[in-house]
Amino acid sequence: MKTILGRELPAYIEGYGEVTPFQGAFSDAEIKTRKAVKLTSVNPTDRKVLDNLEQVFDKLNIKDGMTISFHHHLRNGDHVLNRVVEGLAKRGIKDLTVAASSIFPIHEPLVEYMEKGVVTGLVANYISGPVAEAISKGKLKKPAIMQTHGGRARAIESGDLQIDVAFIAAPTADTYGNINGVYGDAACGTLGYAISDAEYADITVAITDHLVPFPACPIQISQVFVDYVVQVESIGDPAGIVSGTTKITKDPVALIIARRAAEVIKASGLVKDGMSFQTGAGGTSLAVAAELKDIMLREGVVGSFASGGVTGYLVEMLEQGLFKTLFDVQCFDLKAIDSYRNNETHQAMSASMYGNPHTKGAVVNCLDIMILGATEIDTQFNVNVTTGSNGMIMGGSGGHSDTAAGSKLSIVVTNLIKSRVPMIRNEITTITTPGESIDVVVTERGIAVNPRRMDLIEKLRMTNLPLVTIDELKIMAEKITGVPKAVQLLEKIVAVVEYRDGSVIDVVRAVD
Amino acid sequence: MEKLRRSMLFMPGNNPGMLQDAAILGADSIILDLEDAVSLTEKDSARILVRDAIKTIDYSQVEVVVRVNPLDTEFGPQDVDMIARVKPDTLLIPKADEEEIKLVDTMLDKIEKEEGYLAGSIKIIALIETAIGLATVYDVIKASKRVVGVLLGGEDLTSDLGVSRTREGEEIFYARNKVATACRALKVDSIDTPFTDTNDYEGLAKDTAKAKSLGLTGKSSINPRQIEIIHSVFAPTEAELKHALRVLEVMKEAEKEGKGVCSLDGKMIDAPIIKRATRTVEQGAKLGLIRDEGGAT
Repeated sequence: MKTILGRELPAYIEGYGEVTPFQGAFSDAEIKTRKAVKLTSVNPTDRKVLDNLEQVFDKLNIKDGMTISFHHHLRNGDHVLNRVVEGLAKRGIKDLTVAASSIFPIHEPLVEYMEKGVVTGLVANYISGPVAEAISKGKLKKPAIMQTHGGRARAIESGDLQIDVAFIAAPTADTYGNINGVYGDAACGTLGYAISDAEYADITVAITDHLVPFPACPIQISQVFVDYVVQVESIGDPAGIVSGTTKITKDPVALIIARRAAEVIKASGLVKDGMSFQTGAGGTSLAVAAELKDIMLREGVVGSFASGGVTGYLVEMLEQGLFKTLFDVQCFDLKAIDSYRNNETHQAMSASMYGNPHTKGAVVNCLDIMILGATEIDTQFNVNVTTGSNGMIMGGSGGHSDTAAGSKLSIVVTNLIKSRVPMIRNEITTITTPGESIDVVVTERGIAVNPRRMDLIEKLRMTNLPLVTIDELKIMAEKITGVPKAVQLLEKIVAVVEYRDGSVIDVVRAVD
Repeated sequence: MEKLRRSMLFMPGNNPGMLQDAAILGADSIILDLEDAVSLTEKDSARILVRDAIKTIDYSQVEVVVRVNPLDTEFGPQDVDMIARVKPDTLLIPKADEEEIKLVDTMLDKIEKEEGYLAGSIKIIALIETAIGLATVYDVIKASKRVVGVLLGGEDLTSDLGVSRTREGEEIFYARNKVATACRALKVDSIDTPFTDTNDYEGLAKDTAKAKSLGLTGKSSINPRQIEIIHSVFAPTEAELKHALRVLEVMKEAEKEGKGVCSLDGKMIDAPIIKRATRTVEQGAKLGLIRDEGGAT
């Protein structure tokens, strides 16, 4: 069985099930349904606050084989996932599936629970650190399922991903289950990745270290979705919550790439009043924002919105009047958290509103310009952000496939050569995002436009930008690095890469 | 058309990553450094690395200059012997004086003959960074036909002079004048000393503007982030270009009509004004700021 991109997939994968091969970014046009949610009504005399996690576990009746979910707003400072899994392991629970929107190095204790069979399944949009390595080495019993941010919301809402209990790390919760992310020691701002979990899980538990009297204000997740509230000493380490990659790079090569990307954006004609823009938090991506900011200021352009994970840099652009609003699924730094708390034009969005393809229109559909990264790109413009050049899992789509599909102009910015490895290949280790969604690849040595975008090629030909074909880019890199040998991977499938619509775009195989 | 040397970027010769990317950082010339940037224990490996980089990497977009070690050290002659054989565009000779330039010239004659390169094809830029070098700069340039420019090394020069180096740079005022004048007289490029505070962009712009105002034709740089500012200072402004184009136009009209003298906006246009306008237009053309037909873009 083959995807439309020519990837050979098995029809059935043990531990995953039947495979629907990827057939194109917008191939899935049937009527969809949202699942019905089971719930137990809470009556006037019921009390939601429990004394400790043990009491929560007593109440929940968690059984072997259940799926428990977590959000990743506390990023590499998260204490909640490890605490919950540890508590359940002590009770002898086995065969859990952990559905976390992302997994970070701090979740290393999961590796031991994977080895012991406590955790046998993992569903996430991004996996880095020791857990990623352990999966690549085949330590997880079932293949991990790697989704996109929008795809996860879709899977939860459709029932494809059935959550038995959602454990929601809550920087602030009141005694009746209302939650916000803007106050408390572990304040993280918006809670976009937790919304579908809270709304669609059979049971939702708020775990907080800042329990306030009813009602909390503001309310980002409502009491109507929350069964229990429990207070713990700490839900997260603020130092790990704030991402380390929120500064503009000083690397001269990255700055050249950023400048070129901004020139491509300008040449595309999209820099005009009402424009919208998204970029990641990496140094190069932020440098593109800085270049774009200069262009917008010079031309007196006022954009409509900037979106995504929000950094202080986007907040500054909002404050300078360059955008009318921010759509924020996740705050990357303290400045973004402050801004979300205090500025009403800084709006939250759920992962579903952000990128779920099976809604009546996600924010990514309204996006003009998207700046993306890559670990590998093939000559058909397919992009890998899931595995590294050694075949090991080191990330995942996150919002990559969602924004690439939705935006009018998606630009991958990357060094042509990273640590002696050429970025453009005939074939990449893993396809995360299909080439049909990628418009331009900008490197320090040349710019390649997807031949599907003849309109853009025409526009860029009018500029002095170094326009080349993607094959020429590949040759340029290989002239310096030589052609790298393909990585030798084992047969065993350790992860299934789901496209945002739930079809399988690729699989990841074990490394030796 | 001769290549411009508005900016010359120093890159350490012992850093493979930087050597790999040196050509794409926007500088007109790159100076692959075997001297100050390389410690004594790495001299041999850096020499081999730079040789292999020149052989392997496509530097066709830029002028490749290699700063060798002084000829009176054990490394200098080895540097020249190994590097010249892979034919860089230019060698930058530190602590240059007349004798040293003549010595390098002789060595290059021999190597070019042995390797079958066109005689005189490897050029020399003299790094003036001693009192004696400065005092005799005219003769240093005349010492070899290969000399295409002088680079003023402010740090070593002020150290030799026993004076402090300052942000304002008054202490190298004379040196800049002297180098600019000698270079103009002998029609070679004069490249200013680098501005060493890589985070002070305002200071860099002022320092570059000062060098330009004293007649220097380019500036060396120690960080790629400085290139853009240097180029913006050395590029003719749009107003300068427009004015220069008008001067030449008026002059052509006058020639057609057989007039000996002409004027623009009430000011007489004489030979020095025409010469300056011609130079500005030529530079604009080199930078792609003017179309061939002569209209500013």
